Amino acid sequence: MSGVTLKSHFDVAVIGAGPAGLAAATSAARLGLATILFDEQATPGGQIYRAITESAVKNRATLGPEYWDGETLVRDFASSGATYAPGATVWSVAKSREIGVSIGGVAQLVRAEHIILATGALERPFPISGWTLPGVMTAGAAQILLKSSGLVADGRVVLAGCGPLLWLLAAQYLKAGKTIDAILDTTPRVNWRRALLHLPPFLASRYLAKGLRLMLDVRRAVRVIGNVTSLRAEGDGKLARIVFTRGAAGEESLPADLLLLHQGVAPNVNLANAIGCAHDWDDVQLCWSPRLDEWFASSIEGVSIAGDGAGIAGAEAAAQRGRIAALGAALRLRRIDAAQAAQQVAGPRFELDAASRGRRFLDLLYRPAPQFRVPTAATIVCRCEEVTAAQIVDAVKLGCTGPNQLKSFLRCGMGPCQGRLCGLTVTELIAATRGVRPEAVGYYRLRPPVKPITLAELAAMPKSDADVTAVVRG
Amino acid sequence: MFKRLPDSGAESLTITVDGARIAAREGDSVAAALLASGRVVCRASAVSDAPRSPYCMMGVCFECLMTIDGIGNRQACLVRVAEGMRVETQSGAREFGR
Amino acid sequence: MDAKHETEFAVIGGGLVGTAIGWGLARLGKRVTILDEGDVAFRASRGNFALVWVQSKGLGMPRYAAWTKLSSDTWAGLAESLEGETAIDVHFRRPGGFNLALGEEELERKMLQLKRLHNQPNMVSYGYEVVDRARLQTMLPEIGPDVVGGIYCPLDGHTNALKLLRAFHTGFARLGGVYRPANAVERIVPESGAFRIDHGGGVMMAGRVILAAGNGNARLAPMLGLNAAVRPQRGQIVVTERLKPFLNHPVMTIRQTDEGSVMLGDSLEEAGFDDTVGMGVISTIAERATRIFPLLGRANVVRSWAALRVMTKDGFPIYDQSRAYPGAFLTTCHSGVTLAAAHALNLAPMLAAGVLPEDFAPFSARRFDVQAAA
Repeated sequence: MSGVTLKSHFDVAVIGAGPAGLAAATSAARLGLATILFDEQATPGGQIYRAITESAVKNRATLGPEYWDGETLVRDFASSGATYAPGATVWSVAKSREIGVSIGGVAQLVRAEHIILATGALERPFPISGWTLPGVMTAGAAQILLKSSGLVADGRVVLAGCGPLLWLLAAQYLKAGKTIDAILDTTPRVNWRRALLHLPPFLASRYLAKGLRLMLDVRRAVRVIGNVTSLRAEGDGKLARIVFTRGAAGEESLPADLLLLHQGVAPNVNLANAIGCAHDWDDVQLCWSPRLDEWFASSIEGVSIAGDGAGIAGAEAAAQRGRIAALGAALRLRRIDAAQAAQQVAGPRFELDAASRGRRFLDLLYRPAPQFRVPTAATIVCRCEEVTAAQIVDAVKLGCTGPNQLKSFLRCGMGPCQGRLCGLTVTELIAATRGVRPEAVGYYRLRPPVKPITLAELAAMPKSDADVTAVVRG
Repeated sequence: MFKRLPDSGAESLTITVDGARIAAREGDSVAAALLASGRVVCRASAVSDAPRSPYCMMGVCFECLMTIDGIGNRQACLVRVAEGMRVETQSGAREFGR
Repeated sequence: MDAKHETEFAVIGGGLVGTAIGWGLARLGKRVTILDEGDVAFRASRGNFALVWVQSKGLGMPRYAAWTKLSSDTWAGLAESLEGETAIDVHFRRPGGFNLALGEEELERKMLQLKRLHNQPNMVSYGYEVVDRARLQTMLPEIGPDVVGGIYCPLDGHTNALKLLRAFHTGFARLGGVYRPANAVERIVPESGAFRIDHGGGVMMAGRVILAAGNGNARLAPMLGLNAAVRPQRGQIVVTERLKPFLNHPVMTIRQTDEGSVMLGDSLEEAGFDDTVGMGVISTIAERATRIFPLLGRANVVRSWAALRVMTKDGFPIYDQSRAYPGAFLTTCHSGVTLAAAHALNLAPMLAAGVLPEDFAPFSARRFDVQAAA
């Protein structure tokens, strides 16, 4: 796998082979643009369609029909003529659109006229006491183990949190013949009030039928405990039990070998942030969303963002956004004119609207409760550096106003994950402690490398005379 | 903690984890093979020696760091198993030169 | 007279210079307020290499060499006091440090520079050693074949600069110091022997003002009849993941922190107020580091950043008292870590007394007028 040398220049580079990336690269290639698709995994599909070309789950009914929709995207991409670069970790993108990518331990630079970031989403942090214990994982992790390796949990497994993915995983497990001990549903009762205002579009959407059927199947077979208001994992070096409360009632305990957490997903902003793309705080989805125009172009010239990285909207919306972003790139690069763009984008925009219908209801219903976003006391916030909520509060009281100063004070956010698992928590915790809005607090300022590369790889990158002079001085 | 679905295909590869041979399936990540073998802990953290295990399986959490074929701090969920691969759990920070 | 004002001392800038002075003044029982910018600011203090370095300093100003050595010699005391007051261990170590050469010519140049440095009249005396490859291998076992030798100085050391900043802040707060972040200073107006400071949150009166605002000093100094001839000078740094300890001595461009991560530098660019990282520069830093310690090539880079040094025309600090408004002082340097002890334990008492001693004349910005006139 090592020693793959790519062409050094493309019209369009797409980063991420999930639905948005696959659709974007396919469209770009079909529009006649020299296109390359980079992806970290060895096979395409991103996370939602993970392992779709080599699924370990032979029974197609287990994963559900929506999963297999991904096959069309992969087939279309494979025949589009775009270059596919799997096993490629993109670690930097400069404003000049020079991409630093590492394949098989060798770093190289590729330049593109237009870049479409499609790095998708990641699980929203779920900082409960004990979440770093072996035996605690994300629901997404369980799905990946199922899809790529045909593995299901053995022993006592509890799902906890809120959101459609929780129900989907439970349904997939049931179809695979695995019982789940309990689902601890943390959906705040109070969310219904706000969510109901947006019920009509949800009722008219494609999500209603799918979601309802899923949920009913699961509720028939699994013990669902609703209105869970607090949660912690306990055990000595390994998960042994889960302690929780319902409403205002007293603590209850469930023995467990595996706890799968999920309370929604958030855009994976690291690459976009490191390039310098502007982001705004989305108070419904409680995350940072990039500032984009109608073609999904970001605030950085020649860089677009498609898919869940542009704001959470699901797989179908992601593919449409990818197509629209590709058309936007073709327009910007003058391969098509405005009239052609307007004509070709009509279909995707129509489909995107349809795919977005009903999502507001889901966003509001499953908006996680504050106590699960802003932890207290000894709960670890930054897993990499083991920084607790109490330490962060103390630093804020000492005068730390934001996440970047916090990094300096506590090393919070300085670990290898670069804030992917703590960033949102930190922003909200600082905001709550200071009594200001998250927008006023901001987010970590990231720089390359966005994923680790070795010092030797970095050392082999090209250098100008000016670069060398800046370093080698007498 | 994890078991294979009956029709998921044979575990035809063998790798070692801390010297012990375990079976793995073609296409498994090292982290998946580890979990399938009944092991959970992949390292002791560099900050406090706390036991840690794979968490996200998608390459963003950096919990699944293991030494694979002599190279430390590799994300086990992003490395595919190969016949004879040597996997070691890590204790604390990565060793210099390894 | 001081009781009338909201604060006795207003320190403008909450970085390593400002907090060292603020803490030093607070320890002397002074009422101090530190005014600082918000979370996104240039902040040289977040971007330093954390060396407490003596060798090679002071060519052109022996007074600076003496000041540096004084700071180094009193640094252990600073660390102890801070730990005693705040329970924060800043991990100061003085095992001696190296300036390494990747070629005979480079080694010759470094040796010549040191000769010239130590030949200066009134130069403070301290020992250093030119080490050859053989000796180097005993002290730095992982050294690569390209390193021909280097200069070793037993007075060189390093610390954890982030913990240092946090310790100063913590100690300052414990002593009753007031820290006001997100209150960038817009204007300072001398008024009847005191100073009116217009900042983000309003207006404050101070008996005395100390400018420690880094590159921000350039704008504020003229308001007080002072000259802060400083400009930003970009430096980039590469950081690796945590490694088990392998490097006991800091090298001028490579050091292993107490947490195990390895910091690599250094670079110098006149880039104005641009603190973006450039791939070519960090690649050059990485290449030199892998020539010095080849096995380091395997380590993962987890972070890089650029910060703006606060650089005076000649690279030496400015410590000045305003002639027009004697309660106003200017303190700026680019070695806030090395000089932290001198600032906290020596400079602060001078500022408390309200006057800089005569032998501080070389540090005054008036030296630039003299140079210009010459």
